[in-house]
Amino acid sequence: MKKLINKPENVVDEMLEGLGLAYPQYLRRLENLEVMVRSNKKEGKVALVSGGGSGHEPSHAGFVGCGMLDAAVCGPVFTSPTPDQVFEAIKAVQTDAGVLLVIKNYTGDVMNFEMAMEMAEAEGIKVAKVVVDDDVAVMNSTWTVGRRGIAGTVLVHKIAGAAAEAGKSLEEVQAIGEKVIKNIRTMGMALTPCIVPAAGKPNFTLEEDEMEMGLGIHGEPGVRKEKIRTADEVVEELVGRVLEDQPLQAGDEVAVLVNGLGGTPLMELFIMNRKVNAILTAMGVKIHDTNVGNYMTSIEMAGASVSILKLDDELKGYYGAKADTVAYKHF
Amino acid sequence: MSYSKEQVRGLLLKLADMIDENKQMLTDLDAAIGDGDHGHNMARGFDAARVKLAQGPAEQDAEAMLKATAMALISNVGGAAGPLYGTLFLKGAATVKGKEELGLPDLADFLKAGIEGVQLRGKAILGEKTMLDVLIPVQASIAADAESGEPAPQSLEKAAALARACAEKTKEIAATKGRASYLGERSIGHIDPGAMSSCLMIETLAELVKGG
Repeated sequence: MKKLINKPENVVDEMLEGLGLAYPQYLRRLENLEVMVRSNKKEGKVALVSGGGSGHEPSHAGFVGCGMLDAAVCGPVFTSPTPDQVFEAIKAVQTDAGVLLVIKNYTGDVMNFEMAMEMAEAEGIKVAKVVVDDDVAVMNSTWTVGRRGIAGTVLVHKIAGAAAEAGKSLEEVQAIGEKVIKNIRTMGMALTPCIVPAAGKPNFTLEEDEMEMGLGIHGEPGVRKEKIRTADEVVEELVGRVLEDQPLQAGDEVAVLVNGLGGTPLMELFIMNRKVNAILTAMGVKIHDTNVGNYMTSIEMAGASVSILKLDDELKGYYGAKADTVAYKHF
Repeated sequence: MSYSKEQVRGLLLKLADMIDENKQMLTDLDAAIGDGDHGHNMARGFDAARVKLAQGPAEQDAEAMLKATAMALISNVGGAAGPLYGTLFLKGAATVKGKEELGLPDLADFLKAGIEGVQLRGKAILGEKTMLDVLIPVQASIAADAESGEPAPQSLEKAAALARACAEKTKEIAATKGRASYLGERSIGHIDPGAMSSCLMIETLAELVKGG
């Protein structure tokens, strides 16, 4: 393992310290906790709390700020934060308007956030939740715990965050978050595994000429290993899988997110986006906006995902609202 | 045959040692079908439990020690294992409230309440390649022995063998709960790491009881 770290057990703590020192205008760390909160708490609006395991930077702390999250709870690498940490985050940012938890659909995340929700409700705090499950690689059948939450989560932060900033009620912000979840689909792939610092070695292997289609963002293997293909062919399959699940018609409007997993250069992400754009344009789908970059990573994994969010007027309105955070800005 | 609160403390410390010794093996099992952190997460939780037990008053009863362990697991393990094992110990702890001496029937009650909590939290049933595939049959075996008056060492020796067989048997199951469920059929051939950590705990308990 070759990493610029000090001690594996200190990576999250030292990362949060460095993040807070870099951007005090956006966020600050709650003392002795793995929680980053918005620097200037805004009273009277619904507070958004998200989080999950670390290793997905800039998710989720990078999205704490105006128009997105009020707090991010940063668990150990690829491990859900514990209920007491989530509870402290809720207490720190809660307002009279209530708190919305944005949870990615993983067994551990859901259980830990639900336990925190029960603790908060016991103290009389109004809390609601939405669970993001945008990954089309996983069949949403009775045989799994449902689809995983991956890169599409960032646009849930964006749009639900804008609704909260606009002063919508907890029920309204939750409903808008659910609408985004219903309208967004993601499919990803990887070229290399990643190394969790505490484990010290990759948790799966891919040969020089292999890729993994449909993997998650925790280095867990995907649904199929196959020979590597060109960027255009890979994008055709990723977009194809997304459209199979949520068909689009000429005239539909979408927002696109081409997300890097940490080890893929922007050069390759832009090459991919060119093809995503070509496919959608040929269908007569209108691309309202495109995001290309590393939003939801998997440490140093090489690979990418494509998310497509179908927009309507309501979502477009919140999508266009101001967001000002470390890793996502929209003016 | 019954056991004192000192022996409960001894068991909890022994569980912490055992998890520490096996953390790499548990993590490796998890890497095959999950996200490769089960052993290290559990070790972090039991290390915290060890500290909490040392900090607590020397005269604390079994319930207090089991509860302290539960809270340490909930606050330090993370993942799915934290809430699940935390709930197991928390719900189990409530059943030993006020008891000075513990016997086989108490263990059966502890596991029964703990398992109910785990099922409620994790929404899993028997045969889904989880820790329940070890805990449910083991509890049934211990409860039957408690009923028939079997001595604890013999009952636990049986339970340990059963736990091992049940953990091994999770190899044959395709996961439908937890992160391993995303692999579907590809999870077949691998032991569930949660079933294995549960198995190791039962084995540790059996060994301790055997030694008196």
